[in-house]
Formats: sequence, structure tokens, C-alpha cells
Amino acid sequence: MTNNKETKRVTDYDMQQLIGQVLRYGVLISGVVAIIGGIWYLFQQGSGLPDYSTFHGEGEGYTSLTGIINGLGQGSAKEIIQLGVVILIATPIIRIVFSLVAFGLEKDKLYVLITLIVLSIILFSTFGGLSI
Amino acid sequence: MTILTFTLILLLGAYLAGLAGSLTGLGGGVVIIPLLTLFFHVDIRYAIGAALVASIATSSGSASAYVKEGITNIRLGMFLEIATTAGAVMGAILAIYTPVNIVAILFGVTLIFSAAMTLRKKHEGALAEGSKLSYLLKLNSSYPAKDGVVDYKLKNIGGGFSIMTLAGMLSGLLGIGSGALKVLAMDSAMRVPFRVSTTTSNFMVGVTAAASAVVYLQRGYIDPGIAFPVIIGVLAGAFTGSKLLMKIDVKWLKIIFSFAITAIALNMIYNGFNHKF
Repeated sequence: MTNNKETKRVTDYDMQQLIGQVLRYGVLISGVVAIIGGIWYLFQQGSGLPDYSTFHGEGEGYTSLTGIINGLGQGSAKEIIQLGVVILIATPIIRIVFSLVAFGLEKDKLYVLITLIVLSIILFSTFGGLSI
Repeated sequence: MTILTFTLILLLGAYLAGLAGSLTGLGGGVVIIPLLTLFFHVDIRYAIGAALVASIATSSGSASAYVKEGITNIRLGMFLEIATTAGAVMGAILAIYTPVNIVAILFGVTLIFSAAMTLRKKHEGALAEGSKLSYLLKLNSSYPAKDGVVDYKLKNIGGGFSIMTLAGMLSGLLGIGSGALKVLAMDSAMRVPFRVSTTTSNFMVGVTAAASAVVYLQRGYIDPGIAFPVIIGVLAGAFTGSKLLMKIDVKWLKIIFSFAITAIALNMIYNGFNHKF
């Protein structure tokens, strides 16, 4: 028989289930948001002409979180899609945060450190001004 | 062609890309880039943005199932993600200084390599004795198989780590998951059993792609009009693929797909040399 302390400990199995759920819901939510924005976008601009043969880069409103949130306030369909994209990109990053917590609860110091390194590389990539 | 027809054709194309990608293990991104550039004449930078989004969608979508079954080696994935994310950031920086036609040529070469990789024989057996580092980093593990749990040990961690850095760089530069290189690092160098290396590689693709996607989003490479049919199409395709995978023999499909991919790759390289991007 296992004692109470033993059964309450966080195991790799718990972490697998948790990470599986995070990934599943992240993809589901971003997909739903993208569909809503997409249908609305087609409704508004479906009869227009696509222009992607030359690269202009997306405007300020589509490339930063504040821009996207402002655009949402104005009811822009494209911004809803971009929000779906942001949720999709955030999903694996949130997965790392959850792994960090799980390794912490498992008291696996080595892997807390390894996870922290990965997380800092991604945060550097996000906020490091590499967008030039 | 109106935006509506563009969206519907792209949706269908992305569905097929997701389907083929999940059946052959090549991932959704590799088909999205030639589809957008060669067929729709979309600028390769928008195509890279779309392919990154597609890679994250397929990776996260299918990884959720494999992780729960306990096949994915989470510690191994986490450790190697240091290499792939650092590589991806380097790739995203390199992309600024790389002319688009060079990107197209590199993409073609990577595609041919990936096609060859899907056809080669994989290591099935598990090592009984691992290297010192594999114990130190707690990378040795086990996975559930048909006849019970299989234990495995790893070797050549440094070699695997180096190939992973290269895989990350290509992923950041070209916008693909570079699953083929990841499997090479785990399968050939570290001797990770086939089932574990494919699922762990898939698990890592999402984080690797996210590391460069945050840069490309800010650079304006990700266009909502392209992103939405790509996300929906690839996700639906990958889902269908994962259901079909249990029922059909993919051996011939892999061979046909590899030849098709090679033809597409040669086309990308040819256009790259002629500055058609």
C-alpha cells in the first residue's frame, strides 16, 4: 500500500495529462477564434482581390498585441484572426510554463533550470527587438 | 480570382497538405510554402509566416494525443528544445541578411533531404546501455508498446544536441518544423527508438516554430487572410490523417509523396537560381 504522501505527489503521468490538455485546448480555441474571424472577414471582403505577390509587411495593428487588441475594439475581422494566430503561437509557450510548474512540484531542479533556459530564449525572441 | 475563391482553394490545399504531412510524417509546413509560392505566386515571406503557423497547429494538435499516451519523452524534448529554440532565434536573425532566392534554394535542398529521410530505414531496437550524460540528464526512459513497456537508453547526447541546433536554425530561417533533421538527430545520433523519436520531434516542433513565429509576427510576415484558411485546413487535414493512419499502409504513399516533393523542390531551386522570388 502506498501512503498518502506518495499518492499526492505530482508524477510524470500527471504532467503528461496536463500538457496534453493545454495543447488540445490551445489549438481548439485558436481554431474557433480563427473560424469566427475568417467567416466575418470573407463576409466583409470576400469579393475583393487578394494581393500577396509583393511583400508589404503587415501594418502596426497586426503585428503587436496592443495593435491587435485595439483592432478588436473596432470590430475588425482580420484582428480576430490575428488573435487566433496569437493564441496558437502562445499555446506551446504556455505548455513550457506548465512544464516549469510541474518540474517544480516534482522537485526536479535540473529540469526546472533547463525549462527556464528554454523559456528565457523564447522571451528574448519575443521582446528582444529582433523584428527589424 | 477573388478573396473568396483564393480562400477556398487555399483551404483545400492546406487540408491536403495537413493530410499528406501527417500520413508521411513530414509535417504541414513543407507543402504550404511551395503551394503558396509556386501555385498562388505569394511572396515567400508571407509563405514562411503561414508555414510557421501551420507547423505549430499540426505539432500541438497531434502532440496532445501522443503526450497523453506517454510515448513522448518530455525530458528529452525539453532538453533538446534549448538547442532548437536557440537555433530558431539565430535563424530568424539570419533571415534578415539572406536574400529570398537563397532562402528558396535552401528550402529546396532541405525538402529533398526530408524526402530521402522518410524513405530510409529506421532503428527499431532500444539500446541497453546509455552514455554517462544520458544518466546525468535523466534522458533514459520507457514507452508503452504492444507487448509491454520498452525501456531504452541513449548515447551521443552532444552529437544529437548539435544537429538539433542546426534543425532549429533551418526552422527559423525557412519557417518549417524541420522534423526530418530532428528525427535524424534522435534516431541516428542518439539512438532514440523510432516511435519515441517521431513523437518527441513532433512535440518539439511547436516550441521551435513559436520561437521564430513571435519574431515573424512582429515583422509582418503573418497575414490574417492567408493564416486563417491555412490553420483551419491544416488542422482538419492532420486530424483526418491521424484517423487514416491506423487503417492504411503508408509505404507506397511515402514513396509517391517523396518523389512529388523532390520534383517540387527542384522547381523551387530552379526558380531560386533564376531570381523568380
